[in-house]
Amino acid sequence: MRLSEHRYRTISSIAGPLLFVQGIFSARIGEVVKILTPDKRRMDGEVLQISGDTALIEVFAETRGLDLETTSVVFTDTVRRAALSPEIIGRVFNGSFVPLDGLPMFIPEKRAPITGLPMNPSARARPEEFIETGLSVIDGLNTLVKGQKLPVFSCSGLPAKEVVAAILRNSRVIKEASLPHGSEMAATGGDFIVIFTALGLTFREYSYYMKTLEEMRSGFVAFVNMADEPAMERLLAPRFALTAAEYLAFDKGMDVLVIITDITNYCDALREVSTAREELPGRRGYPGFMYSDLASLYERAGRIRGVKGSITMLPVLTMPEDDITHPIPDLTGYITEGQIVLSRELHQKGIFPPVDVLPSLSRLMQRGIGKGHTREDHRRISNQLYTYYARGRDLRRLETIVGKEGMSEKDRLMLDFADLFEREFVNQETGRRDINITLDIGINLLKRFDLEK
Amino acid sequence: MTGNITGISGPTVRVALKGLRLYERVYVGNAMLTGEVVKLEENRAVVQVYEDTHGLAPDEPVQATGTPLAVSLGPGLLSGIFDGLQRPLERLRDDSGPFIRSGKEIYALDRFRQWRFHPLKNKGDHISPGEILGYVEEGHFRHNITCGSDINGSLSWVADGEITIEGPAGALADGKEIPVYHEWPVRVPRPYRRKIAPSQPLVTGQRTIDFLFPFSKGGTAILPGGFGTGKTILEQSIAKFADVDIVVYAGCGERGNEMAEMIEEFQMLRDPWTRSRLMERTVLVINTSNMPVAAREASIYTAVTMAEYYRDMGYHVLLLADSISRWAEALREISSSLEEMPGEEGYPTYLASRLSGFIERAGVVETFSGKTGSLSMVLSVSPPGGDFTEPVTQSCLRTTGTFLMLDTSLAHRRHFPAINWFQSYSLYAGELLPHYKENISPEWEDVQRGCGEILRKEETLREVVEIIGIEGIQDQDRLLLHAAEMIRSTFLCQNAYTDDAFSPLEKTLSAVKKILDFHKEAEKKLTQGVALREII
Repeated sequence: MRLSEHRYRTISSIAGPLLFVQGIFSARIGEVVKILTPDKRRMDGEVLQISGDTALIEVFAETRGLDLETTSVVFTDTVRRAALSPEIIGRVFNGSFVPLDGLPMFIPEKRAPITGLPMNPSARARPEEFIETGLSVIDGLNTLVKGQKLPVFSCSGLPAKEVVAAILRNSRVIKEASLPHGSEMAATGGDFIVIFTALGLTFREYSYYMKTLEEMRSGFVAFVNMADEPAMERLLAPRFALTAAEYLAFDKGMDVLVIITDITNYCDALREVSTAREELPGRRGYPGFMYSDLASLYERAGRIRGVKGSITMLPVLTMPEDDITHPIPDLTGYITEGQIVLSRELHQKGIFPPVDVLPSLSRLMQRGIGKGHTREDHRRISNQLYTYYARGRDLRRLETIVGKEGMSEKDRLMLDFADLFEREFVNQETGRRDINITLDIGINLLKRFDLEK
Repeated sequence: MTGNITGISGPTVRVALKGLRLYERVYVGNAMLTGEVVKLEENRAVVQVYEDTHGLAPDEPVQATGTPLAVSLGPGLLSGIFDGLQRPLERLRDDSGPFIRSGKEIYALDRFRQWRFHPLKNKGDHISPGEILGYVEEGHFRHNITCGSDINGSLSWVADGEITIEGPAGALADGKEIPVYHEWPVRVPRPYRRKIAPSQPLVTGQRTIDFLFPFSKGGTAILPGGFGTGKTILEQSIAKFADVDIVVYAGCGERGNEMAEMIEEFQMLRDPWTRSRLMERTVLVINTSNMPVAAREASIYTAVTMAEYYRDMGYHVLLLADSISRWAEALREISSSLEEMPGEEGYPTYLASRLSGFIERAGVVETFSGKTGSLSMVLSVSPPGGDFTEPVTQSCLRTTGTFLMLDTSLAHRRHFPAINWFQSYSLYAGELLPHYKENISPEWEDVQRGCGEILRKEETLREVVEIIGIEGIQDQDRLLLHAAEMIRSTFLCQNAYTDDAFSPLEKTLSAVKKILDFHKEAEKKLTQGVALREII
């Protein structure tokens, strides 16, 4: 512990978001620093690296206008912490946790370091409680459960925000579908909360999301970094959001749904820091530690045995060039428990939500469906729909070669099934379908084609 | 010996301390974080810290230990859940809550647990290194207490009855005590008398593996596959059903929820061979993706050392690591923070030699006490973008015996396990064949050939069908397609969530034989003029 703040005016170099400060008496890794610019602005930074008496500082703001002579750096002797209180609910903050809604900051109940601590795997509870999203293609075939992290893989121009908004509006936790009305997540309000994290969002997207959030009956907390705000802040915002999520979930027993959009902007910010540090770039210029860094966000989702709350995560990312093997979707897919993949082809056909069932997957689905969770016949219906749709999709390639006339009757039936499956099961207007309706639509579809066994 | 920190960059810490040895374990900072010396320079050393370095500052103390990074080996490892540094996660949770804090020193083995010791030697007997003094019962396993290399002389006293791991289990005439547990450096392979070529099959209960790409005790296999191809489910299925005595599972840089699921399942399910709880034969080493990277690098060594320890008692041990790519990435992160010259895709140039050094710790051995034990390895690989030309897959291919390629297109068709039957191979197939012919059925080889032929012909026919449509080909060929479809959907596919998840060898053979017999019979009927529609 140091007793006073240390202030230095010994910056030796500035490159992009990084500063080197010399002659440091004592500094800690991860220590928060304040940077006072010549024009009296204050910026936040963090110690990244120390070598002898030189510290490397990462600045979470636009470094334009800094100089070597008059800019001073204040070392605060603390790591970055988030101020936490139930009063956080309903508030909107920027990526550095400063209120944007014009109201004063609250008095914190506690402070917690934003990097968080890894959850002990033996303390985790297995995610198995069904979350009904109201979208048939997710509930029926890629079921979401509490404590899961399920990303949405989108492409530029696809309605990812509408899909997320539909999930936000309709999500609820139900015990068993046979009960007429489950406890609605949204209705219970006090127990369910959305933490919305915007990274590099355009104003148009931002206003769309805020409108959706305000229409919801449950509470929300928003951390917003806009497209024209410092990219470095995008590395902080999700950590503040997740620290708040851990507090609300595990201290206050709430079910927290964390939406982070867009992860692609996060990764680009990460790449920017890494190149500024002259680190060796990995695939497509992204740093070699990106897997571990993304994991330090995604793995904060989960449940703890014997503790009431939960953190469910729904990150949204845009696949550059629609390429699912791009490092961002690739590394994400390796960490998350499945993925919801949006398809340009379905979108062009006018299908909403345009979720391509074949590459989509929910790894934790098996635990969250069936008797006691959804309905006994869920697994069977879902498997049959998938199998026949996959076959129909396979046959579409054949159709382009030999034409529909050249195909056997059975194959033509499969083609029709695939079309109807997209139009009637996947496609739905913005309204909610509860799990019973979803499964019944599935059964009816199978029956019409005489495929129900 | 104590020095202090001079520089910190991520998990790499520079310290001013003379007299350290390479790979010596050190304690770093006021928080006493565990680290390992990875580089020595004049008057200073570079230390790899196995825990989160947030909050660490220059001038904080660094303490030498004089010993390398080691694990404790003794009774109580089975059914244990450890992190990459062998800290027991369950006791850590009971002590300090659901989140893992840095710098918590905790013994790997329970020091108070009582074990019933059965001596095999008597007072006055002579005992030398590698000899068994006695054993304790660890579940249904006989856990031998073996003498280390420094024990040689006649016994003046042997324990009998309840002991703890603090021991001792006996003493020599010169007063030297024989300990119940010992420490072993993780990076040093445990010695054995000699290595033996693998010749016994390791039955996995997975039809595709056991029948097409058989695996042997003491063998090594890799499962590379893009995300969603079912690597983890296949690894866990093998962990559940493999016909080995002991399973060591290293969850290396993977998902926490997955591990929670596995822990719960293994505490409930029973293995098909002894009907006892799976956890009783399992040691879990878990370093999830959000736990410190450097400890992830150490975790596979921690796991393999514990596996070797049980191998040395004459057990058949299977080590599964999911996934070795995460280990390689940890190695890459460490290498890049040491500012080493990178090789292919940023991996250090010693990636291949480290990997082969690790993989060669597998094998069948004759132990110093004259028993035969084996250590087999099944490693999953997560190639970026599902591209198998990347360095980790390629380095593994050079040293492992079985290659089970997991295919994204099969996974999209929900064909699980998604093992591609054209690209995969097993180098053990030839060595194991006599065993299958003798113990299962003399027909084994013929059936295998027949099955392979149908699958190969199907592949060529498919291309034809793509162009001219199914109606355009001969009935004979349509029949073959039908048979191949049956092989794929009822034989090669195996649902990990049903009773079918485990298939004994006899059942495997009879299932595929039935399809082949049907095909032969149907072909005969076709030539007799029966319509295809009636046969199918």
